Amino acid sequence: MEKQVILNSRHFELTIKRLCHQLIESHNDFSESVLIGLQPRGVNVVSRLKKELEQVLGHEVICGNLDITFYRDDFRRREKPLIPSATNIDFVIEGKKVILVDDVLYTGRTIRSGLDALLAFGRPQKVELLTLIDRRFRRDLPIQADYVGKSVDTLISERVLVEWNEIDGEDKVVLYTPDTNE
Amino acid sequence: MNNLSVEHLTGIKDLTREDIELIFKTADSFKEVINRPIKKVPSLRDITIANLFFENSTRTRLSFELAEKRLSADVVNFSAASSSVKKGETLIDTVNNILSMKVDMVVMRHPNPGAAKFLSERINAKVVNAGDGTHEHPTQALLDAYSIRERLGSVEGKKVVIVGDILHSRVALSNIYCLQKLGAEVMVCGPSTLIPKYIEELGVKVENNLIRALEWCDVANMLRIQLERQDIKYFPSLREYSMQFGLNKEILDSLPKEIIVMHPGPINRGVEITSDVADSKQSIILQQVENGVAVRMAVIYLLAAKIERQ
Repeated sequence: MEKQVILNSRHFELTIKRLCHQLIESHNDFSESVLIGLQPRGVNVVSRLKKELEQVLGHEVICGNLDITFYRDDFRRREKPLIPSATNIDFVIEGKKVILVDDVLYTGRTIRSGLDALLAFGRPQKVELLTLIDRRFRRDLPIQADYVGKSVDTLISERVLVEWNEIDGEDKVVLYTPDTNE
Repeated sequence: MNNLSVEHLTGIKDLTREDIELIFKTADSFKEVINRPIKKVPSLRDITIANLFFENSTRTRLSFELAEKRLSADVVNFSAASSSVKKGETLIDTVNNILSMKVDMVVMRHPNPGAAKFLSERINAKVVNAGDGTHEHPTQALLDAYSIRERLGSVEGKKVVIVGDILHSRVALSNIYCLQKLGAEVMVCGPSTLIPKYIEELGVKVENNLIRALEWCDVANMLRIQLERQDIKYFPSLREYSMQFGLNKEILDSLPKEIIVMHPGPINRGVEITSDVADSKQSIILQQVENGVAVRMAVIYLLAAKIERQ
């Protein structure tokens, strides 16, 4: 398995900062906007964005987590059912601008489920998508992100993993390529 | 561990502790779902479930039906009173006829102990036991333990007394298995005519004095006297039963600690429990009903995950 760092910790930080400024450009002071992270890994992105946004804006940004397990389209196509994570949306999304957040955008199926799950909480005014990594040209569905940290071209056999300082000891994004003779 | 070890839910006896904990963890998520503005998820939209009730039920049947509908399953209902069972059809024939209409799961309540297991060995669909005679009522035990876990943080090490008609109660047996698997201590309390012989062999304590039992416990599960199953008189009168084994506010307030009061329903107010106790802060009877839907959603979801796709 070949390992390649596609975003090191310095660029990681810059990317998060840039995404935050892009968000502020279109959402001003966030009074009508909320961030919702998709469980499990989008939640990490949200907590980092929240910290950064609050530093720049000087006030609280409303954030939540959304679990999409029960909305997936591959129930009973898997060997085992997935264990759901927690959903925490303790605010009203009706009429709000919602930014869905995930770490890696790949087939788009998670986002499709996420949109379905989100609508169970009300009718937002607008939904946007932010992803830290976009594995472009790999979509199964017509879904694109509005804010992208970094676009990468990958093979289906490759894996992209986002590592976090809080969990893995360092902020970085790694691309795993299986050896050709495997 | 994110798969149940069983193919059907016929009784708590067959479950492992890990199974029960998986059901609880899944139920936590469904509890959040049923408190959303739209209380429905699309997971089971390609599954059809038949609810077969060969015995009366309000709560359990409604609870199962709601659970199924909130998972987006298609639901068909059947009750013995309005069916061909009265015309002499056997259980297997009735069920196989229903299954030919492409049903994936059967939720069944039946007056004969073992009916769910019998069915699960003979048909090509998942079976959930919603009560089989005086044998087991697994989803009730799961929701009882889930409600204890919710209120007290955990079931491990807690002392639970089950009071009343233990002899005719499927709730009692399922509760004993479930609570013991989760590490709780269980005591049964009631008139000695309504305590089954050799019940100590299940590892439960037996007590004939209600006050002593209540002083020992953290949780009291008050059962109904099942007059419809009693072929002979087991005690002189309901009034006498109520005086010796009924829980009232006076007794509750005289206890050294605040215990939790549970009841699987239907309540006979003034017999096993007085109104002021049933409606008191220490009672979690209505929480049990709410949790029933979440727990049943979890059971159905986890069993449905094991249905093979055609």
